[in-house]
Amino acid sequence: MGKKLLIHNDKVPGIATLEVYRAHGGYASVEKALKTMTPDQVTDEVKKSGLRGRGGAGFPTGLKWSFLAKPEGVNRYLVCNADESEPGTFKDRYLMEVIPHALIEGMITSSYALGAKTSYIYIRGEYFYVARIVEKALAEAYAAGWLGQNILGTGFSHDCYVQVGGGAYICGEETALLESLEGKRGNPRIKPPFPAVAGLWGCPTVVNNVETIAAVVPIVNEGGEAYAKIGIGKSTGTKLISASGHINKPGVYEIELGLPVEEFIYSEEYCGGIRNGKKMKAVVAGGSSVPILPTELILKTAKGEPRLMTYESLADGGFVTGTMLGSGGFIVMDEDTSIVKNLFTFTRFYHHESCGQCSPCREGTGWMEKILKKFLNGTANESDVDLLWDIQSKIEGKTICPLGEAAAWPVAAAIRHFKQEFLDVARSKKFVDVSHYNKLYKVNA
Amino acid sequence: MSSQVHGTQHFDKAKRATLKFSDEAMKTAQDIISHYPEGKQKSALLPILHIAQAEFGGWLSPEAMDYVADILKIKPIEVFEVASFYTMYNLKPMGKCVLEVCQTSSCWLNGAEDIVKYIEKKLNIKVGETTKDGMFSLKVAECLGSCGTAPMLQCGASYHENLTYDKVDKIIEAYRSEGKLKSYTDLDYKNTL
Repeated sequence: MGKKLLIHNDKVPGIATLEVYRAHGGYASVEKALKTMTPDQVTDEVKKSGLRGRGGAGFPTGLKWSFLAKPEGVNRYLVCNADESEPGTFKDRYLMEVIPHALIEGMITSSYALGAKTSYIYIRGEYFYVARIVEKALAEAYAAGWLGQNILGTGFSHDCYVQVGGGAYICGEETALLESLEGKRGNPRIKPPFPAVAGLWGCPTVVNNVETIAAVVPIVNEGGEAYAKIGIGKSTGTKLISASGHINKPGVYEIELGLPVEEFIYSEEYCGGIRNGKKMKAVVAGGSSVPILPTELILKTAKGEPRLMTYESLADGGFVTGTMLGSGGFIVMDEDTSIVKNLFTFTRFYHHESCGQCSPCREGTGWMEKILKKFLNGTANESDVDLLWDIQSKIEGKTICPLGEAAAWPVAAAIRHFKQEFLDVARSKKFVDVSHYNKLYKVNA
Repeated sequence: MSSQVHGTQHFDKAKRATLKFSDEAMKTAQDIISHYPEGKQKSALLPILHIAQAEFGGWLSPEAMDYVADILKIKPIEVFEVASFYTMYNLKPMGKCVLEVCQTSSCWLNGAEDIVKYIEKKLNIKVGETTKDGMFSLKVAECLGSCGTAPMLQCGASYHENLTYDKVDKIIEAYRSEGKLKSYTDLDYKNTL
């Protein structure tokens, strides 16, 4: 059984309350950091830990923190990105819902390191009930003196607030999130300047994912070096994986980075294999935007080595034969799944969520959705496969924010690995959906 | 981005004059405004629009948006451009209970389309429509972060997960007998189904 650092206490009754959380060692990192460490020492531990952004991009957190501008007399902010919206991803929701104090503790410790007097937790609007849970936990933390003026008598003061969004995937992009936090439409900003220099209300700002901030707690408690010993190479520590699709045990799992993909899918400790005794067809390993891989490539790299749950191993082979760890949104599809139709749901999603600023994304996502609809209607031609390829290639890299790539990559990968399926549908002029989910009386009874 | 119709609706001055938050809602709104530095009160717009939608019958009329603009001391157009961007704000009247069925990948893999068809048949409405008695509206939604418990639907603050036809029957029955407006901001949130 792998080591767990984030949700090891998730089954403890009452762990959402401050009392029980404290009884299990909660808020130790705040005491340790505020009483025995300088802010720079905290940042150094995070650097040593090798922690990488858990929202999807995997950028080294310590390095991101070190970019934060610190001009005299200007407020600095920490903003938590809890706008979890990448299809297939529900780990942050689980963490906030079950152990809200883990996030709040991380917010205080991280804010101390960054010298932020105020922080915001931006939670997607649909998670309203989760926001209530976090707000309740914040009130407890205030009442107990973990937040507010002069925390633990150290002279460090900090306020942390929750803001709910209005329903927009794009606000998971950090500059769109800042726009939204300022009460505007979620249109991503042109960078530079990066948020570390000019973020919230033009002030230096660090934006980190929920899981990233929660990971600062064990890093401070046990030291960055201890954290870095978990995992392989530049993939250190543990990662929350949201597992869904045609598996026996969907849910959120904390894994040590380096776990073989095959073990994750088939062992009883994790996904428990493919349900209904079916064979696996494909996996989207890191949220909808990362390339889909067929069974043979998700279990083994093109070189024949076992694929591991690390940033590097999943990316082995580039986009030709590899994928990305991304947000850890792990969607498994069985042998009866139509890749064409799954791609349609992804593309419809990106079309719906495009903010409309950049033409390639605004128009291209719509065109791709329309063409994919032709496949489902039985009116697509073989040449439409090439047309899809052409359109996605003209979106990638030509937009202000990465939504363009996020929309293009799934299309490219589906055609790269499952071109025959698209051609078959186009040639037969008929789409036959053989998915076996049509058993809602039984499957979830 | 919202797919709702950005219609130019008639602005009713008389209706506008009658709009007012309840004391409790106004207190919550002022509390939210206090979370931001002076002069940055516009940041409270998204949360306050949720309150306005709950206070004013489940949608944001031009008058309601004008009222919110007044509270935040910003221009009405600043409210409209935000309300029309985000999917959770309704710019037209909706049923008391808006059933939002997630339709993205994992939910689709687990039968979301069948759930939508089942509700359409049961309520005799199509996606985007409201029942004649004004009780239910049916919407489809993009990934609501419930992929491991798919298929699912959201109604107000409540997530209803691992749906079956049976469960859908019970949910609709429960909401119908309650007969109340369901909002994202419901404080009495309890996910019993």
